Amino acid sequence: MEPSELKRSKDSPNSDESTRRSSFPDEVLERVLSLLKTHRDRSSVSLVCKDWYNAERWSRTHVFIGNCYSVSPEIVARRFPKIRSVTLKGKPRFSDFNLVPENWGADIHAWLVVFAAKYPFLEELRLKRMAISDESLEFLAVSFPNFKALSLLSCDGFSTNGLAAIATHCKNLTELDIQENGIDDKGGSWLSCFPESFTSLEVLNFANLSSDINFDALERLVGRCKSMRVLKLNRSVSLEQLQRLLVNAPQLAELGTGSFSEELTFRQYVELESALSNCKNMHTLSGLWDAKGIYLPALYPVCTHLTFLNLSYAALRSDELAKLLAHCPRLKRLWVLDTVEDKGLEAVGLNCPLLEELRVFPADPFDEEIIHGVTEAGFVAVSFGCPRLHYVLYFCRQMTNAAVATIVQNCPDFTHFRLCIMNPGQPDYITNEPMDEAFGAVVKTCTKLQRLSVSGRLTDLTFEYIGRYAKNLETLSVAFAGSSDWGMQCVMGGCSKLRKLEIRDCPFGNAALLSGLEKYESMRSLWMSACNVTMNGCRLLAREMPRLNVEVMKEDGSDDSQADKVYVYRSIAGPRRDAPPSVLTL
Amino acid sequence: MSTPLEHDYIGLAETSSMERSSEKISSSSSSSIPSNIEDKTTNNPSLNLKETELRLGLPGSESPERKLSLFGKDLETNDKSNGFVGSPLKNLVSGAKRGFSDAIDGSNGKWVFAINGKSDVELGKGAVLASPRGGLDSKTNPQQVRTSVPVMKEVVGVPQSPKPVQDKKNLVPPVNEHASAPAAKAQVVGWPPIRSFRKNSMASNLAKNSDEAAGCLYVKVSMDGAPYLRKVDLKTYNNYREFSSALEKMFSCFTIGQCGSNGDGLSESRLMDLLHGSEYVLTYEDKDGDWMLVGDVPWEMFTDSCRRLRIMKGSEAIGLGIPESILIAYSSKSHGEMQEPELMQKTWKKHRKLYSTTLYTYVCAFRYYSLMYLVEVREKRDCIRQIMALKTYPII
Repeated sequence: MEPSELKRSKDSPNSDESTRRSSFPDEVLERVLSLLKTHRDRSSVSLVCKDWYNAERWSRTHVFIGNCYSVSPEIVARRFPKIRSVTLKGKPRFSDFNLVPENWGADIHAWLVVFAAKYPFLEELRLKRMAISDESLEFLAVSFPNFKALSLLSCDGFSTNGLAAIATHCKNLTELDIQENGIDDKGGSWLSCFPESFTSLEVLNFANLSSDINFDALERLVGRCKSMRVLKLNRSVSLEQLQRLLVNAPQLAELGTGSFSEELTFRQYVELESALSNCKNMHTLSGLWDAKGIYLPALYPVCTHLTFLNLSYAALRSDELAKLLAHCPRLKRLWVLDTVEDKGLEAVGLNCPLLEELRVFPADPFDEEIIHGVTEAGFVAVSFGCPRLHYVLYFCRQMTNAAVATIVQNCPDFTHFRLCIMNPGQPDYITNEPMDEAFGAVVKTCTKLQRLSVSGRLTDLTFEYIGRYAKNLETLSVAFAGSSDWGMQCVMGGCSKLRKLEIRDCPFGNAALLSGLEKYESMRSLWMSACNVTMNGCRLLAREMPRLNVEVMKEDGSDDSQADKVYVYRSIAGPRRDAPPSVLTL
Repeated sequence: MSTPLEHDYIGLAETSSMERSSEKISSSSSSSIPSNIEDKTTNNPSLNLKETELRLGLPGSESPERKLSLFGKDLETNDKSNGFVGSPLKNLVSGAKRGFSDAIDGSNGKWVFAINGKSDVELGKGAVLASPRGGLDSKTNPQQVRTSVPVMKEVVGVPQSPKPVQDKKNLVPPVNEHASAPAAKAQVVGWPPIRSFRKNSMASNLAKNSDEAAGCLYVKVSMDGAPYLRKVDLKTYNNYREFSSALEKMFSCFTIGQCGSNGDGLSESRLMDLLHGSEYVLTYEDKDGDWMLVGDVPWEMFTDSCRRLRIMKGSEAIGLGIPESILIAYSSKSHGEMQEPELMQKTWKKHRKLYSTTLYTYVCAFRYYSLMYLVEVREKRDCIRQIMALKTYPII
């Protein structure tokens, strides 16, 4: 039943208790609300009235905290007594690109201590950009007997010793997902810590780790975990070893291969191909490190039912990609390197009509002498062939306004448009004009746009367009753009649904910062670095809005009055107490 | 704002974080951040950079600007304009008619950031901030630096410390609207926005791929001042002569200075030509990431080890700090052809005495990068080769 229907059938909140009880018992309400899964629905429901708030909080089993400092673990534990699964995000996104000081915070340990006391039956923990130590991992492993799923994305502070602790103690572990972390890889022995009696693993992702693991231990592990559906290996696993694993795990739905490039005998190749073709459930393929074109045909049998192909670690050429994609008609998500060039992207347009997401990463982002890579032509080609495209992340070295206009005309359903022209401040390379019209076209045409990353030479006009048209925009990333405060003011004034704004190296100053005064409490966070904001502006903001945490990170040797990096976020937990000295909370 | 990070405009810096740090100590056409070097050394004691670093500077020594003026003020202004993303000028990918300065007019212009203090931790972790091959090179470089230590002891009396220059450079405001053509390649922190894991993976990928010998051996050839670079297949040539004539045809639209065959001493006009950069020098980057002069080694060895080529302006090579006397001496021996290594050796022996002092004082001080090779004594040939790379070498 829809919450709205329930609302209509319910008496007004002010009717006396007995009447309410007889018409709608709390238990029923809780039961009904427990069917709601997304945290946004649940948040809406909890705002209806006090009864609903209570019913909702008693029935919630999964809590999502987008900013770990917006709330304290005690507050969470007080409100939600029955949590089994927690998702926590910590540092600002720009920490992925080394813009946040190393010891900024977002340490998980305080949370774990509270969880150990209040949620002893915690089963899942998914962390993004948090700091975790080996001690915390060990604490986690021993404190929660029912612990099932651990997912770490972009976290740091731990080593493979922590993973060993998890493997040793978590008897019911179903998921161990270690992605793109700053992990101190001390060796592969952690994998051997899974006891021989352990059979529950369903998801194992250690693609991020570089050292060799004990292959025999892995083979045995995969062999006895019959429910395993996701297996993502690291580069040290060879093709031959892959074949041996696949023979024991044909039920795999997601596979991340190891290195895809050793010399195979003909017989080994045939065996590999046959093992792959037995994997009838496989819909996601990744890894393919150092993939050589000659072995790709082994993948053809799997490709027919693939929906997600991640080639972002395989430097394929355009012809190699074209041949491969000819076998992937059902592809919905594709990640590639720009070594495939525009011709490769043409092949994407030709072969993958169902494509919904495309990410093109640069193979050599710092070599500015390279002329190849992808250009606007490749993107346009994809847009002609893939009208369902709604998510794109595109790194290129040149772009034109006209091309982007064509692209969004072909694909008006963009929800995520992230275009990165790698030269900061580069204009339209044909007309020499700023890229304002490109992003103007994007926001005018793509009414469903939720996430936008802009790049290239941009004036305030871009932000006027964004403010005026991007009414569903929730996340905006800006770098090296804009001409004056007016740009940011347009965005703050116009984008009513804005939740995350991250800005770097733009000429926005205090006036811009303060124009969003009333807006920041409805947003998750604001990041501004290398802009023209001063300490006084930040102090004013902090003074006017006491429920915001205004943090300033100073660089060494910078001017005292400049606020080099500003991070503003709403919080009901008050200013945090674990900030390092370089971070000032105003 | 953080202090600007600048690189040698030769573009070598971006190939290796180690080289980058070495570039920083050089002062000929780049500025650097002393703290970064120190940080790096404290984090990597095995690299012995600190030892070498200490020997470079004399306390209270004159700033090398005095030396720079030998080659005209150009170098100074070049320095100031260094440190910014220079590619828009060289690189016609953007096709922008206006120069780099216009391109950043609209933006804040504050592009250049030091790798801040925590970068060393990053480097320690193997995460590479800016250079894709940094992680790899830091493994190969320790070898070189260790062997460099004993010879470093001979380096005494270096007249200038790069540090005063660096301090001065630090005061240069990051906003600069006049970046000129051979601007340094500055790595902006956190741009392009790619996660460290991916950067490191691609770095090792690249290194692997470039080592593979395929049926053809394509290497990139870039030329200073040219709007685009070319790729050549080294396997299609049999010797240096064919190669250089092919290059000449390829880049014929750009002037390649002729080297006169008057081998008896450098004429005034020739020297002026070199100084003003109308002549070109062909250099290449070998497997180890070192920049060498083309023609030192036998052709086969060259094709085996060459990774990419760069046609440098003579003036840039001069800007590396070669004293005129060396220029004269080497130019006088040049017959306009690639010389055989033996000839090089003889030349070297003949002039070694003369240049021992000046060589140390000028060459070492100007480019830490070359210094590392200069003092590698394991192979005398290598030593010669590296020093050769510093001199101007007109090609046909």
